[in-house]
Amino acid sequence: MPYDPGDVVEVLRGPRQGAAAGTYRAFAATMKGLKMTFGRLVEGPMVNSYPEEKTPVYPRFRGRHKLHRFEDNGLEKCVGCSLCAAACPSDCIRVVAAENTPENRVSAGERYAAVYEINLSRCIFCGYCEIACPFDAITMGHDYEMADYNRSDLIFTKEMLLAEPLERTPLRSADE
Amino acid sequence: MKVIAEVGYFEPWWMQIAKALLIFFVVFNLVPIALVADRKVLGRFQHRYGPNRVGPYGALQPIADIGKLLFKEQFRPTTSTGWLFTLAPIISLLTAGATIAILPFSDTVDIFGTKTGLYGVDPSIGILYAFAFGGIAFYGLMLGGWSSGSKYSFLGSMRAAAQLISYEVAQGLSLVGIVMMAGSLSLTHIVEWQASHIAFVIPQFAGFIVFLVAGFAETNRAPFDLAEADAELVGGYNTEYGGGRFGAFFAAEYLNVVVVSGLLVTLFFGGWNLPWLSPPTWVDPIIVIVKMLISVFFFIWVRATLPRLRYDQLMSLGWKIMLPLATLNALVTAILVVVWK
Repeated sequence: MPYDPGDVVEVLRGPRQGAAAGTYRAFAATMKGLKMTFGRLVEGPMVNSYPEEKTPVYPRFRGRHKLHRFEDNGLEKCVGCSLCAAACPSDCIRVVAAENTPENRVSAGERYAAVYEINLSRCIFCGYCEIACPFDAITMGHDYEMADYNRSDLIFTKEMLLAEPLERTPLRSADE
Repeated sequence: MKVIAEVGYFEPWWMQIAKALLIFFVVFNLVPIALVADRKVLGRFQHRYGPNRVGPYGALQPIADIGKLLFKEQFRPTTSTGWLFTLAPIISLLTAGATIAILPFSDTVDIFGTKTGLYGVDPSIGILYAFAFGGIAFYGLMLGGWSSGSKYSFLGSMRAAAQLISYEVAQGLSLVGIVMMAGSLSLTHIVEWQASHIAFVIPQFAGFIVFLVAGFAETNRAPFDLAEADAELVGGYNTEYGGGRFGAFFAAEYLNVVVVSGLLVTLFFGGWNLPWLSPPTWVDPIIVIVKMLISVFFFIWVRATLPRLRYDQLMSLGWKIMLPLATLNALVTAILVVVWK
């Protein structure tokens, strides 16, 4: 029985090249490649030298958290309600509330956060704490350079979160 | 007494020592330049800066690399053969360095009333000297891979050996045309022929292409760097090496690039001569070095462009294309030389 290829898909191939055409084609292709890479050389580098040049972040960029005070009387906005801790999916916020007294008035509400810690080694920067907060006391800042040598150094206390962060990250302007 | 190698000119002994030291100092200093240029220029080809942290514009990067390698522990695998393991990088470095001796930087010049040739030696067997040391260089790679007692090293060194042997044949034959046209093996005579006629790259273009391709293969550079194909063989013959011994292999590789660049300049681009210009004699070594650096740049350019060949492609290119091409070139040149005379 003769071999019947049936409906085999026909493979299209270029014409077989002889020695001269093949050599010329290899030579020309090499030249084309060299021209191509030289073009890239002329274009120059297209990278940012990171620690010196920082890519500006967008206004809604979710970086390291910030705690806020009222600007007029300097009281803390946080009332220690722990809604942020409840909203946190990675369970990295710890809040211990205490009562405000007339002698020791820390926040504007009845209570204040005696302990407010965020474990940044667990934080996933989802921003749910910011959404959960009824007083806009916690927001996500623009700082993303938080690498450290020690895990315990990544637990940020209330004082650290309240402090004005070093302006390390440039903010992207409207037209950028 | 029959003299095998008739040397063109002897200087007094102190001048020979002085110029040997000077030439090796200058050419060995081209190695770190080639090393940092390789990384920086390759970076530019890939839209990045390359090393730019150590020193101004990363200029001290090679010193940092070498310093780091030298201060590392000298270790070796328990399966290795000790003295061969130590000898291999030495062979590599020595054979790479030995060829520097015949690179001519200029003709004989007057230095403080002493007639001095600006080259190490000028043996009448010129090119053969280079090929002799090229032949020994393969022992460095072969012994390095073999004495490591590691499979990857051994595979790498087998590849290197096969590659070097097959390309050495084509490389040798590619220069036969030059030797016939210049009528001499001496490198200074070849350069002088080019000064009075034309740079060999034009009449010997086929020879130039073969020599260039074989030069890439001889130096184990991309696209023929499959002796140390990182992706398949970890590092080839130098897998088991570390510290100063690895540094020696590394330096030898770049020294080979510099030396092959020097041979290219001398044999095909008129050495210390420039077309249409006749600068004063003191410029000659600078011309040679600038031409060598341009050639090193070309090596890097090709490395940035061409992907690594497959092993069988490498072999068929060497034996089926390069060797016949070189033979044909030699044959045609021989006929033309006879017809012309």
